[in-house]
Formats: sequence, C-alpha cells, structure tokens
Amino acid sequence: MKPSRLAVFGLGALTVFAGLFATQAVAQNEQFIPMLVYRTGPYAPSGIPVANGFRDYYTLINERDGGINGVKITFEECETQYNTKLGVECYEKLKNKGPTGASLVNPYSTGITYQLIPKAPVDQVPILSMGYGRTAAADGRVFPWVFNFPTTYWSQASGFINYVAKQEGGLDKLKGKKIVHVHHNSAYGKEANPTLEVLAEKYGYNLTLLAVDHPGQEQKSTWLQIRRLRPDWIFMSGWGVMNQVAVKEAAAINYPMDHFVGNWWSGSDADVIPAGDGAVGYKSTSFHGAGANWQVHRDIINYVYGGDEAKAKANNLGEVLYNRTLVNAMFGVEAIRTAMEKYGNKSMTGEQVRWGLENLNVTKRRLKKLGMKDMLRPVKVSCVDHETGGPVIIQQWDGKQWKMVSDWIPTIRDVVRPMIEKAAADYAMENKIEPRDCG
Amino acid sequence: MLYREAGQFKATYVADQAMLPIVQDRWFIAAVLGLAYVVVPFVASEYWLQAVLIPFLVFCMAAIGLNLLTGYAGQLSLGTGGFMAVGAYSTYKLVTMFPEMNVIVAFLLSGMIAAGVGLIFGIPSLRIKGFYLAVATLAAQFFLSWMFNKVPWFYNYNPSGTITAPPRTFATLMVTGPEATAETRYLIALILVTVFALAAKNLVRGRIGRSWMAIRDMDIAAEIIGIRPFQTKLLAFAISSFYCGVAGAMSLFLWLGSAETEAFDLLTVSFPVLFMVIIGGLGSILGSFLGAAFITLVPVFLTNAPQLFGFTMATDLQKHLEVMIFGGLIIYFLIVEPQGFARLWQIAKEKLRRWPFPY
Amino acid sequence: MDILYSFLVAPFVDMWGYPVFFAEVVINGLLTGVMYSLVALGFVLIFKASGVFNFAQGVMVLFAALTLVGLMEHGVPVWLALALTMVVMVALAFAIERLMLRPLVNQPHIILFMATIGLTFFLEGFGELLWGSNVKKLDVGIPNESFEVGGILLNQFDLFAAVTAAALVGVLVVFFHKTAIGRALRAVADDHQAALSVGIPLKTIWVVVWSVAGIVAMVAGIMWGAKSGVQFSLSLIALKALPVLILGGFTSVPGAIIGGLIIGVGEKIGEIYWGPLVGGAIENWFAYVLALVFLLFRPQGLFGERIIERV
Repeated sequence: MKPSRLAVFGLGALTVFAGLFATQAVAQNEQFIPMLVYRTGPYAPSGIPVANGFRDYYTLINERDGGINGVKITFEECETQYNTKLGVECYEKLKNKGPTGASLVNPYSTGITYQLIPKAPVDQVPILSMGYGRTAAADGRVFPWVFNFPTTYWSQASGFINYVAKQEGGLDKLKGKKIVHVHHNSAYGKEANPTLEVLAEKYGYNLTLLAVDHPGQEQKSTWLQIRRLRPDWIFMSGWGVMNQVAVKEAAAINYPMDHFVGNWWSGSDADVIPAGDGAVGYKSTSFHGAGANWQVHRDIINYVYGGDEAKAKANNLGEVLYNRTLVNAMFGVEAIRTAMEKYGNKSMTGEQVRWGLENLNVTKRRLKKLGMKDMLRPVKVSCVDHETGGPVIIQQWDGKQWKMVSDWIPTIRDVVRPMIEKAAADYAMENKIEPRDCG
Repeated sequence: MLYREAGQFKATYVADQAMLPIVQDRWFIAAVLGLAYVVVPFVASEYWLQAVLIPFLVFCMAAIGLNLLTGYAGQLSLGTGGFMAVGAYSTYKLVTMFPEMNVIVAFLLSGMIAAGVGLIFGIPSLRIKGFYLAVATLAAQFFLSWMFNKVPWFYNYNPSGTITAPPRTFATLMVTGPEATAETRYLIALILVTVFALAAKNLVRGRIGRSWMAIRDMDIAAEIIGIRPFQTKLLAFAISSFYCGVAGAMSLFLWLGSAETEAFDLLTVSFPVLFMVIIGGLGSILGSFLGAAFITLVPVFLTNAPQLFGFTMATDLQKHLEVMIFGGLIIYFLIVEPQGFARLWQIAKEKLRRWPFPY
Repeated sequence: MDILYSFLVAPFVDMWGYPVFFAEVVINGLLTGVMYSLVALGFVLIFKASGVFNFAQGVMVLFAALTLVGLMEHGVPVWLALALTMVVMVALAFAIERLMLRPLVNQPHIILFMATIGLTFFLEGFGELLWGSNVKKLDVGIPNESFEVGGILLNQFDLFAAVTAAALVGVLVVFFHKTAIGRALRAVADDHQAALSVGIPLKTIWVVVWSVAGIVAMVAGIMWGAKSGVQFSLSLIALKALPVLILGGFTSVPGAIIGGLIIGVGEKIGEIYWGPLVGGAIENWFAYVLALVFLLFRPQGLFGERIIERV
C-alpha cells in the first residue's frame, strides 16, 4: 500500500510541474484584450453580467465589423473570484498574450486596480478603470497609464448632491437636510466620504456616515440608527450581498424608497431582485442608459445570438451591469481605433493604446454610429484630465426593470477637481513620481 | 540505497547533533538551495516569479510562523492575517516616516512590532484552549483589520485608504516599488525565508522549542517539570507573530506592491496558512514548505491544467471543478496521511534507504 | 475628561433618555441573535456527537438553500422542494460519513477540522456547479410586513424566524435528552471507543447527526436566504455564528441560543451606542471581544461541559 501511495503522490507532483511550464503559440494581426472576470464566488451576481457584456461586445465587433479596422479582437477570460491575488495571477498570465501583449486591462475590482496601477507603466499596459479604482488617477500628469473616465466616485457623490438639491428645489434648500451615507467598510466604500464632507461644509446639510462591515449580511444596527435619525436622503456605496440586504432592510423599516439612492455599484438587477416588491422605487446613480432598447442591443441579438432574443436575455442583455460593460468595452475598442488612426491598422501595443485612450474623443455622432445614441454622454479625454467629470443620471427600479428618471445631472467640478489634484500630488510625492508636463 | 547512512560515523557530539546529520540530506538541501538561488532566477518567467514563487515564499514564511505557534507550541490561531497586516502596515509607516531607513531593517522592526501585538493577543491563551482559542484569535483578526481600515494615520491619510509600497533601494538595487524586477524581489524573499527557516529550525531544536513541545503535549505536565506556561506560550505567540509580521511586510513590499486590509483577510490568508501548516505537517519546518507549496501551487496547476491537456471549457465551470478537486484533494491527503506531507517525506526516506533492494 | 464622558456616561444617558428606542434596539438584537443561533446550532450538533468542528456548516447552509431555491425555480412546489432538500441533505450526510469521517476515525480534532475545510471547498464548487452563481430570490411564503407596537417597529418575518428557531431548539433538546438515539449521541460525544464498545453504532449516529445538522442548515438557509437572496455570501454567515458558539460552549444546544441572544443584543448595543464614537462598523470584532471576555471567566463557554484535565 505505502509505495503505491507514494508513487501516486510523486506522479502528481511531476504533473504539476510539467503543467506549469506549458507555452502557447501566437497568431498575428489580432488585438488581444485580457478579461479578468468573476463568474464564481461571492460577487458572481455582479461578475456574470459584467463578463457577458464584454464578451458580447467584442464578439459583436468581430462579427459585425470584422474586427477593429480589420484587426480581429481576441480575448481570454481568467477567473479571479474578485480576489485580488488571483487577479494579479491572471494579469501576469495574460499580459503577454497575443502578438502585442495585452492592449489594455479592465480590472473590474478596486483591489486589483490598485495592484495594477504601479505596474502599468512598467508593463506598458494601460488601465481603464471606468468609474471605479483610484479616483486620484483622474490626474493624467501623475497617472499617465490609468484612465477612469467618464466619471469617478467623487464626481458621482457631487452629482448625487446636485440631484438632491434639484429634488428639494435648489442648492440653498440643502441647508439643514439630513443625509446619510451608508457605506461598505472598505477603501471602496469610503471613497465618497471626503467629497460628501466637503460639500456638507459648503451647503450646510448634516451628513452622517454609517459604515457596514464586510460582508454586510446583518445590518440591523445600521438601519436602527437610520430609523432613529430619519434622514431626508440616503446615499449608499455598497457591494455584493450588502446591497440586497440594505434594500430589504430599508423596505422593512418603511423608509421611502425614492429617497434611497445607491451608487452605481449598488444599482444592478441582482441587487433589487431578492427584496421583491419592497425594492420598488429604489434609485441608483449611473452614467449610462438602462434597458435593452438601444441599437447596440439589437445588433447584439442579431450578430451575436443569431436573432435569439430569449437567449440574449438569459445572458443578461440589457441589465445595468451588462450595459455598463458594453460602454466599457466600447471605450476600449474606440481607443484602439483612435490609436490605429495614428499608428496604422495593425495590432496595437499597450503604449499605442495608451495614446489612443488619452486622445479618445467619442462624439455624439460616433455614439450614434455605434448604436449607443443617448445611452451615454460624449467623452473627450485629455492628457491632464483622465476623468472628464462626466454627468450622472438617476435610474429607478419599477419592480421589473431599471428606468431612467432624471436628466443628465452635472457634477460639481470646481470642488472635486482640486481634491483630485491634491490626492494625485500626494501620491506622486510618496512614490517619487515626477508629474509629466501636459503642455 | 539512496539514503543509506551506513558508514557515516560521528566522532564528536557536535557532529552528532548537527541539523542534518546525514550526508545525503546535506547534499539534497544544497541542491535545492542551488536550484532556488542560481537556476530559478535565470529560467523562471515573470509570471512564474510574480504569481507563483514569490507568493509561495511569502506563505512559507507565514506558515513557518504559524507552525511554531500551532505545530510546536500547540496553540491554535486564526489570527495570522491580522498579524501579517500589522507587519505590512508598520513597515509602510516606518518606510514613509523615515525614507532613509533600509527596507530590510524596516521589515525586521515591523516584525518586532507584530511580535508585540502578538504578545497582547496571546494573553487569553493562558486560560483558553483548543478551538475556543482559535475562535478567540479571530478577535485579533477582525479587530486589527478594522483598525487599519478605520484609523487614517495607518495609511497616511490618503483618501483611497490603501497602502502602496514606495520605491526603495537596497545597496543600489531597487528592491521594492514597481521598478524592482521580479528577480530581485524573489531573491530578497528567498534570502529572508532561508535565514528565518534556518533560525526556526534551530529554535525548535533548542531549549525554547523543547519547552514549546512540552506545553503542546500536555501543559499541566510541562508545568510540573518546571516549564512556565505563561512565558512559554507568550514567547510562542511573539515569535510566531514576528514571522507573520515579516511575511506580511514581504507580501506588501515584495509581492503585492499595494494593499488594503482585504489583502490580509481571514478567508484568503488566515485559513489558507492554517491549511498549509496542517496539510504540510504540524511540528515540522519542512512541512511548512510542503504545505505552502501544496496550497499555492495546486490551484495554479488546476487553473492551467485544462489548457495544458488541450480542452477549453467555460471559465465558471472550470473554476467550480477546480475548487471541488482542490477540496477533494485536501480530504484525500488527510485520509492518506493525517500527519501531513512531512510524514510522507519521512516514509519516503525510509523506503529509499533500501530501495531498490527488497528487504 | 470629555472622552471619558462620551464613552462612559453619554451612551447610558442616551439609553435612559430614549427608552423606546433602547427597547427597539434590544428587541432587534434578540431577534438577530436568534438568527445567529440557528447557524450556531448546526455546529453544536456535530461537535457534540462527533467532536468535529465542522467548518463546512456555513457552506451547508448555502448548499441547502441553493438546492431548495434551485428546485423551486424548476417549478417544484414549496413543500415538495423542502422535502427533497431534506432528502438531499440526508444523502449528503451519508456521503460524508462514508467518504470522509469513516476513514478518519480516531484522528485528532484538528485533522477532522481540516477535512471539513476540504469539504467546504468541495461543496462550494459543487453547489454552484449545480445551481449557478446568480442571486436567487427565496420566497417560501413567510409574511414580511412591518408593524409598530408602542413605537417599536417589528417585522413579521423576524418574529417568525425567532419562533422557528425556538421550536427547533425545543425539539432538539428533547431529542438529545429524552430519546434513546439522543443518549447514544451524547455517549459518542464523550468517547468514540467507549461508545463503540457498549454497542452504539457509530456510523448510524454520525449519519443521523450530520443529517440533522443538514436540516438545521436548511432552516438557517431559508431564514438568511430570504433576507439577502440565495447567493454565495450565505456561506460567510458561519463567521457570525462562531462567537455565539464559543460564548455558549461548543457542546450545548441551549448555549447556542443563549449565546446568540447575548451576542445579538451585545453587538447591537455596542454598535449603536459606542460605534459612532470610534467610527462605526465595530460589530464584527465586538462580537468576538464580547465572547472573549466571557471566555476569560469560563474557558469552556457559558454552558460547555467543564474541561477536566488530568496528568
């Protein structure tokens, strides 16, 4: 018995090592985009529509347009389970694939984004962290390789305040209003706090910050405090199971749901479904349109799913996070296209894509052509400004789907931008980065 | 045959008490070290170094630390992640407060700080035992990660709440920060692990190690023969936390480069380190290495296996199978050899003594 | 002095000044505590009968809930889905006994603990493989309206959960103390070999106790799953049960309930009255510290069997 056991063990160890040394062939005239996905694990309910959105958009470009100017997109998924360490492993595995390596990376996780930010200039892989990650990266002088347009957490918080002001009848009406920020107790959850605090000083509303510890399955004490405070508005930066429980608890204390606004990671379809009818009226911010009635969705049904709408819906078509990644994938593809205008129609390197991102100009006309007319606002990135401080929009859950219920709400640039520049300058000093000159 | 010690005579007590009394062992260790120091940096790709070997070394360090506490002194702890966080955050604070400070010195100092914290959280061990203690150490885990998250001083008031390893050099060589090559970081980690593994090995052979084992085997009996449980247990907590602290500093500075408290989470750090210790072999330094290898390398292998054998499957399906196989393997190995890989290695050595001749 | 005042006096002044709110906090704490107890019960059952600290209990909660919801999504009526889930949990108990426990008889506790961690991984993958990773809405028809009694807001669902848990504990206590199999269980818990030698069938006992723990997991899964939807995070609920477990004692069913109540009330009061002073979100560690304080006085938990050490 013993020797055979040992033999099995030895053989196992050998296979492990043999397996790790495998190599792969590389094809030409392709543009490789790595996909760090989380289709399993605690955040899979968000990860699945995200992954499907990317996949469908890239497939659409290949099927409908024959790639980007004739260069086919290749992509490979790598499962991270939203775990930073697995994310880094995936990134290392994928960053040199394809003829020119990874064109850009969309980490879709705050933790992984933070990991990759210092690595980006060294590996020459630009990061597109659309509406998440390090807000300070909006300062392109310190973070040439990181992009977080069209808008950031800080801008979003200011947009929320603008929305509240609008509902209450003007910025001067904010005085004395009680606003609660319910946030995930993590780096991500706390992002909006400084902005909300600065604005509280400026406009005179009373801000209460309530942290919910990870994972947030039990929030009774938070909602008891809210019941006592009776705030006029609640803003929430939640993630994962915290969202579903919060929506349910808010309904359970009979809080008026239309005064409860989630940030854009707290407003997906998965967040409201478990609460059933209780969630009706719940709002969230967003920076793109909701629903499946845009031209791009019809194209996806036709080109990707061969006209099978039911199958497309089963793959999350039209869900909030699905739409968000369509927009995200579009930005990536357009950046590559922009780069090609300068460098020619071949596989772009990370460096070239970075140039493309920095000179990205998605106009209204372009959006129409892409089938995303009015789904989002035009975006023009510059060397200094990697965020563009785009406007936000409020969407509301009607029990069946998310519907847009506001106009585009501007963010408060003159407050947010100086904060960003200060944070970026601090980062530059701590890490001995010489900010570049944007001319 | 391969492991035959016949003919190896010791003329002095010193020679007899050597750490590796058998020639073959010495050769084996020398070969492994040679491979790790000379061959690996040349042949390993960046993926290998960054995603496999450096984390492996970091976890070796943590596993040795926990093995001292759990395997030798018999105190079950689930606070490893917390102590690693102490190491990481205090190194970060030291390095940013005193930019001239040598990084390695900062590592050791933060190890000391972690040891201090470990000492405090070790106090309940005098009254609480077994699984009760394990769950009680979770208090350390949760409290520490809450504190590092909540007190802005620990992350220099930066609005993102994360800490980033600033670029630092060691004798003109860039060892941390994004510019440091994976090879350099690997070698630094390797040196640290070698030195501390040697130290641990010697520690457990001496008076301290023996008193720990006495406490582990039966603390009342140990007390009767004159071992003070108070000092012994606390010392175990302190030294173990020192190792964990250095491992935490390594994981921030040599591996991750940037982290928030989530990087030292219970489920992704504390538990895995405990698995390493158990599956590698409680009370064995070699076991810590084998356990760390199992827990870090097997998932990497499983992730890459389907591609290797030429079939592709949906990412989620693959991950599910991977997790299932991993769980199954853990149970399988526990059934095969509950005393861990270190014991398997011992059995193998005994076989090799006579192999290939039948007995 | 201000700091001392705000920590030592102000919270009590607050409690005294707003008694209705304080009552609401306490009641909600009790109700939450019951929910913790539900999860802790599963741990206690298995530890009592097999000395195994079953880390997989959390994942069993998830697995049971996933199975239930998965069946319901396929159009199976609630009662049948419940019955089928029970069958699945019993089958799981058989498999665990045969494949995991039997080969590991008489191993140290820590090895068995480790094996349950392997089981955790396996079930995580298996559950998601079968039923997918999306959030699923769980609705078994328990009413979920809130109503106010004397200014205190109560939720029907929470009350229902509390009653269920209380009933479950009652049944289990009777089962353990009054039935033959219950006595056999306690004998096994004391000493495997001694129990075997007096003719208690170890295998059967283990299957029974893991099945019961599986069914308790299902109940916990229904209660927690109704709150958050059935999803992976449900397995993390085990972490909330651990302080309850050490506070009540690993081996006591009533301990799990009392421990749950103490932790539930303690952490709510801590979070609401002291949390804001230090920045909030202290619940997670506060529960552990609370349990730790109790342990310093009673190292075996409030109701745990006395640990007797002999040389």
